[in-house]
Amino acid sequence: MIAATRTPEMIREDFPIFAHPTSRGKRLVYLDSAATSQKPQAVIDALVTYYSEYNANIHRGVYEIAARATDAFEAARVKVARFINADQREVIWTRNATEAINLVGYSWGLQNVSRADAILTTQIEHHSNLVPWQLLAEKTGATLRFIPVDGRGVLQLDNLDRLLDGVKLVAISHVSNTLGTISPLERIVPAARAAGATILVDGAQGIPHMPVDVRALDVDFYAFSGHKMLGPTGIGVLYGKHELLEAMPPFLAGGDMIRKVEYEHTTFNDLPWKFEAGTSNIADAIALGVAVDYLSALGMEWVRAHERESLAYALGRLAPLESRGLRIYGPKDPAIASGVLSFNLADVHAHDLASILDTEGVCIRAGHHCTMPLMEKMGWPATARASFYIYNTQADIDTLALGIEKAARIFNV
Amino acid sequence: MDDFYRDFILDHYRNPRNYGHLERPAVWAEDLNPLCGDQIRFELAVDGGVVRDVRFTGKGCAISQASASMLTEAIKGMRLEDVARLSKDVVLENVGIGISPTRMKCAMLGLRVAKSAAIGEIAGWPDEE
Repeated sequence: MIAATRTPEMIREDFPIFAHPTSRGKRLVYLDSAATSQKPQAVIDALVTYYSEYNANIHRGVYEIAARATDAFEAARVKVARFINADQREVIWTRNATEAINLVGYSWGLQNVSRADAILTTQIEHHSNLVPWQLLAEKTGATLRFIPVDGRGVLQLDNLDRLLDGVKLVAISHVSNTLGTISPLERIVPAARAAGATILVDGAQGIPHMPVDVRALDVDFYAFSGHKMLGPTGIGVLYGKHELLEAMPPFLAGGDMIRKVEYEHTTFNDLPWKFEAGTSNIADAIALGVAVDYLSALGMEWVRAHERESLAYALGRLAPLESRGLRIYGPKDPAIASGVLSFNLADVHAHDLASILDTEGVCIRAGHHCTMPLMEKMGWPATARASFYIYNTQADIDTLALGIEKAARIFNV
Repeated sequence: MDDFYRDFILDHYRNPRNYGHLERPAVWAEDLNPLCGDQIRFELAVDGGVVRDVRFTGKGCAISQASASMLTEAIKGMRLEDVARLSKDVVLENVGIGISPTRMKCAMLGLRVAKSAAIGEIAGWPDEE
């Protein structure tokens, strides 16, 4: 069901940052939500309300504001659990997706992966879902394998069964941050299950942009960051299947993750707190709960539909610029891609393109997008990347196109 | 920032001066700009303490490559010890107009590399001195 009756122009009004023009007096055209999303007023208010009305540490305080803080913190966990169709004991607060993935690497990985095993990931991964597995392979002697990617940035599954032979862990991104390609989890997960592998999905670019049901996806771990889905920085989530989390040793040790501590021995706390040592990021967790409320009210089907339309509109709007040397990378197919557009213009370096767009108030990313092996494989030194979200309008995409035309004029291409 | 991309800058970007390698450079240095991944290498032929010839190679944005190209012209004939003491002004005089603070490292990469070659160790960032 598509719930939203609101337009992106109306949604934009909920984000105070858009009330401020750039120093050149330009309307802010924010096309870098794949790096971090903007925050609606309700999320900002949740942070301010916590700090100004009930700032207190959670779980042990007996006074009123401590109870209120604990309730709000745990209520946010329940909201996130419902949002992804998980049990609240399966939602572990982390700093971000990267920390969630590292948690699995150090806790589950060191316990379960050994020399004879293989870890299967893809050629498209963000460094966050590659470097932790390089470290785990180094520590355990396991081997790393990669699902190849074709020139359009689409995963090639022809040899999937052979690649899965002897694999202990499949670690794959839900959506590519560089190209927007949506991974065909519906094909990879059953094959990985049949091979007996554990499955981790890096959902940093997935959950902000489409409905996610971890039970329906049938994955073991799903990691994501709050700040890419309207929430604050510093808060992220590791979803893990209950029985796996139960069997895993703690990652970080200290306060809050314990049940009973003696000088020589400790009994650990129940899930999810076993994995939440030290004072948690209370305000940011509460505000992420508000971000989830905001997205739920819009409806994730609507979010996905809006991005599909935005990408289709952008592809059409930019197509005429191909005669000026514009090259668009990735699948160029809104059916299998999220709202991400990677491109280059003739011999204009991506950073120069980004600087010229900046003068028009257009914020895009330029560089390797934390996917250096993919860029090397594709032979791209750098790309410019525009990424769309709920507050982006067709006018934003028109301004992007005009900015690229300006760059083409300046560089005489 | 759009003021920056003037015709002579784009000319240095597309037709870099003193681009390539020396057969036997007396000193050389190379470095990366961590922000952009821009790369620059400077090779200097030195005779009697004076830079007799210079070549650079690199890849990256117009700011880094044009700045490096112009710098090769500025340091030819200069005493090596004077190259080592160059300040950011030598770059800014050529290309300074309109560079945003976020791109200053791009402009200074060539100078940092040229100074590193002259000093014999990695120089600091000229814009931070």
